Amino acid sequence: METVVHNHWSPLLGRLWWDAIPQEPIVWATFAVVALGGIALLAALTYFKVWGYLWKEWFTSVDHKKIGIMYMVLGLVMFVRGFADALMMRLQQAWAFNGSEGYLNAHHFDQVFTAHGVIMIFFAAMPFVTGFMNYVVPLQIGARDVSFPFLNNFSFWMTASGAVLVMLSLFIGEFGQTGWLAYPPLSNIAYSPWVGVDYWIWALQIAGVGTLLSGVNLICTIVKMRAPGMDMMKMPIFTWTALCTNILIVAAFPVLTAVLCMLTADRYLGFDFFTNDFGGNAMMYVNLIWIWGHPEVYILILPIFGVFSEVTATFCGKRLFGYSSMVYASLVITILSYLVWLHHFFTMGSGASVNSFFGITTMVISIPTGAKLFNWLFTMYHGRIRFELPMMWTVAFMLTFTIGGMTGVLLAVPPADFVLHNSLFLIAHFHNVIIGGVVFGTFAGINFWWPKAFGFKLHTGLGKISFWSWVVGFYLAFMPLYVLGLMGVTRRMRVFDDPSLQIWFIVAGIGAALIAVGIAAFLAQVGYSIWKRDELACGGDPWDARSLEWSTTSPPPAYNFAFTPVVHEIDAWDDMKRCGVPRPTGGFQPIHMPKNTEAGIILGGIATVFGFAMIWHIWWLAGLTFAGMIGYAIFHTFNYNRDYFIPADEVTATEAAAIGQFAPAGA
Amino acid sequence: MSAADHHAHNDHTHDHDDHGESHGSLRDYVIGFVLSVVLTAIPFWLVMSGAIADKQATALVIMAFAVVQIVVHMIYFLHMNTKSENGWTVMALIFTIILVVIALSGSLWVMYHLNHNMMPMTAHDMGQLP
Repeated sequence: METVVHNHWSPLLGRLWWDAIPQEPIVWATFAVVALGGIALLAALTYFKVWGYLWKEWFTSVDHKKIGIMYMVLGLVMFVRGFADALMMRLQQAWAFNGSEGYLNAHHFDQVFTAHGVIMIFFAAMPFVTGFMNYVVPLQIGARDVSFPFLNNFSFWMTASGAVLVMLSLFIGEFGQTGWLAYPPLSNIAYSPWVGVDYWIWALQIAGVGTLLSGVNLICTIVKMRAPGMDMMKMPIFTWTALCTNILIVAAFPVLTAVLCMLTADRYLGFDFFTNDFGGNAMMYVNLIWIWGHPEVYILILPIFGVFSEVTATFCGKRLFGYSSMVYASLVITILSYLVWLHHFFTMGSGASVNSFFGITTMVISIPTGAKLFNWLFTMYHGRIRFELPMMWTVAFMLTFTIGGMTGVLLAVPPADFVLHNSLFLIAHFHNVIIGGVVFGTFAGINFWWPKAFGFKLHTGLGKISFWSWVVGFYLAFMPLYVLGLMGVTRRMRVFDDPSLQIWFIVAGIGAALIAVGIAAFLAQVGYSIWKRDELACGGDPWDARSLEWSTTSPPPAYNFAFTPVVHEIDAWDDMKRCGVPRPTGGFQPIHMPKNTEAGIILGGIATVFGFAMIWHIWWLAGLTFAGMIGYAIFHTFNYNRDYFIPADEVTATEAAAIGQFAPAGA
Repeated sequence: MSAADHHAHNDHTHDHDDHGESHGSLRDYVIGFVLSVVLTAIPFWLVMSGAIADKQATALVIMAFAVVQIVVHMIYFLHMNTKSENGWTVMALIFTIILVVIALSGSLWVMYHLNHNMMPMTAHDMGQLP
C-alpha cells in the first residue's frame, strides 16, 4: 500500500478534509452497519419515548448505583468493539499464509491491534472495575452514596467522552498504529504524522480525568463514610481492595497524564522530550509510562480479587479464611506494584544489576498473590460449596489465573525474558491473567450482583453455556499462542512465511469463535432474564450472602438504607442475620439527598468536542470549547439548588412495600 | 458542592466533628507566607550574587531550601499535622513519599544504566551533533 500524505489544513476545519474518510471497504461496511444500527436505536428510543426517561433517570443521575450500571454498560459496549478487533486479528493471522496477504492491509491491521489493546484496558476493563466499585462500595459500607455524587457523574461522562473519541477514529481519520502504549520514536510526529496518535492521546487524557476523579471520590467515600462500628479491619474485602485500587489510581494516573503531556508537547509544539535530537530520550518515555503501567495492572486485578473473595465466602457459606492476611496481601501488592515496572523492558539494556533487582521484585509479588489463592482454597475447604454461576467463574479463575501467574514468573527471569519478550508467549501470558482474572471476575461479579441491582437473577442455563464457551474458548485461543511464542513467533505480525505455523493460528481462531459464542450467550442470558424477570425475581438476599449490600432490598431504594446500619462484626449482614436484628418498620425520618444535574454530561460533551478539535488542529474550536468547559464548570459552582428531601411518608411506603423481600430469609 | 453533600451524609458520618483538623488562622498564614518568601529569596540571592563559588554546592543548597519550603507549605498552608483526619493525612504523606522516592530514585538508577549501556556517546560527541 502506498503511503498517503495528509497535509491539508484550513483555519476553519483544521486538518479535517475529505481525505479523513477511510479508503477501505471494510470500514465502509462497518460504518454502514453501525450507522443503520445507530439510526434504528435512536428511532426506537424516540418511538418508545424513552429519551426523557434516560435523561432524567440515568444520564443526569448522581445516584452511585445508576452511575455504576452506566459504567458497566459502557464497558460492555466497548468490550464488544474490542472483541470485534480481536476476531479480525485472529482471522487475519489464520489466513495470511502461503503468500496470501490476508484481508487487512498493514495500515488497517496496525490500527486494529492498537485499538484492541487501548479499548480493552481503558474502555472495557477500567469501566467494569470502576462500575463494580461504584455500585458496590457505598452499599457495602452502609453509605447513602459516594462522597461527591456530582463528581461521580462527571467522572463517568469524561470516561464516556474518551470512548466516543476512540470510536470516532474508526470513521473519521485513523487510530494510532503504534501499539497500545504508543512508544516513541514511532509515536512522534516524524513517524506518525497524522491524527492516529492524537486520537490516542486525547482519548486517554480525557478519560484519565474521569478515572482520577473517581479514584479520589471512592477513597474519600471509603475513608469517611463507613457505617458506625465498621473500622478498617471490619470492612468487606471488596471494599479493602477497592481502597487499594483507588490509592493506586490516584498515585499512578498523574504519571500517565504527565507522560501524555510531554508526548503532546513533542507532537504539537516541537519539543524533543522523546526524540533522538537535542538530548531527548525515547527510553525515558518507556520508563515513565510503565511507572504508570504496572500499577495499572493491579488497578484492574485488585478489585477483581475482592469480587472473588466475596463470591467464595458467600458460596462456601463460611467466613473468608485469613481475612487479615488478605488485607495485608492487598496492601503489600499495592506497594510492590510500584517496584516492578522495569520488567516490561528488561531487554532495553539496563544491564544485569538493574534487571536482577526488578526480576526478583517481580517474583516476590507472586507471594502475596499466592497467599490470596490459598486463602480462597482454604475458604472452600470444609465449606458447603454451592456451584452457582459466580462460584463457577471463581473456580475457573483460580485454575486459569494460576497458570497465567506461573508463566508470569517465567517471564520475570531476565534471561528467559530475553528469549520470550515481544513474542506470542507474552501475549498468551497477559491474556491468561487478564481474561482469567479480570474478565472471569467481571462475569462472576455480574452474575453475583445482578440480582441486587435489578431484583431478579440471571438465567442459569444460558449462563452455563456462556461459561463453558468462554473457558474452553479461552484455552483453545491462547494455549496455541504459548506454543507459537516458544517457537519464536513475535507479536503484531500480519503475514507469515512458515506454513507449519498455520495450524496453531487456526486453532486459536476456533477458540476466539468459541469465545464469541460465550459473549453471545451472555447477551442472550441478559436479554432472556429481563424477559423472564418475573419468574427469576428474588428478594434482598438471594444468595444468603454476608455483607451489608444484601441487607437492603433488591434493587435498593435511592437512599440505600432507611436507617444507617450499625456494624459489630466482619461479615456484618451475616452477623445481623444470626443475631436476628429486626428490620425497622416505622419511625422513618425524611432523607436528605443530592439532586440530579446535567452538568456532568454537558461538560463531558464539551470535552469530546475539545478533544476532537485538538486532534484535528481546529484551534478556534479548541480554544472556544476549553473556555466553555472552564466557564461552565464555574457557572455550575453557583448552582446552590442541589439537594432535596425524600419525605418520611415516601420512605415508609417504600420500606413497607419491600418488607416481603426478607420474610423467608434466614430460614 | 460539598456543602450540600456534607449535610446529606451527616446522619451516618458519626465521628465527623472530632477529626482535629485545623483550618488555619491569619497568624499561621502570615508566618507561612513570610517563611515562603524568605526561603524563595535566599536561593535567588545565592544564584544572582554567586555567593557560593561552587555551582554544584549552590544547587545542593537550593535543593535543601526547596525541601524546607515543601515542609513549610504542608504545615502552614495544607494544615497538616499528625492528628488531622485521624492521621490519614500523615499516612497519605508517608505513602506519597515512599512512591515518589521509588519512582525518582528508580528512574535515575534505570536511566543512568540505560544511558551508560545504550548511548555510547561522550558529552563532547553530543555537542558535535547537528
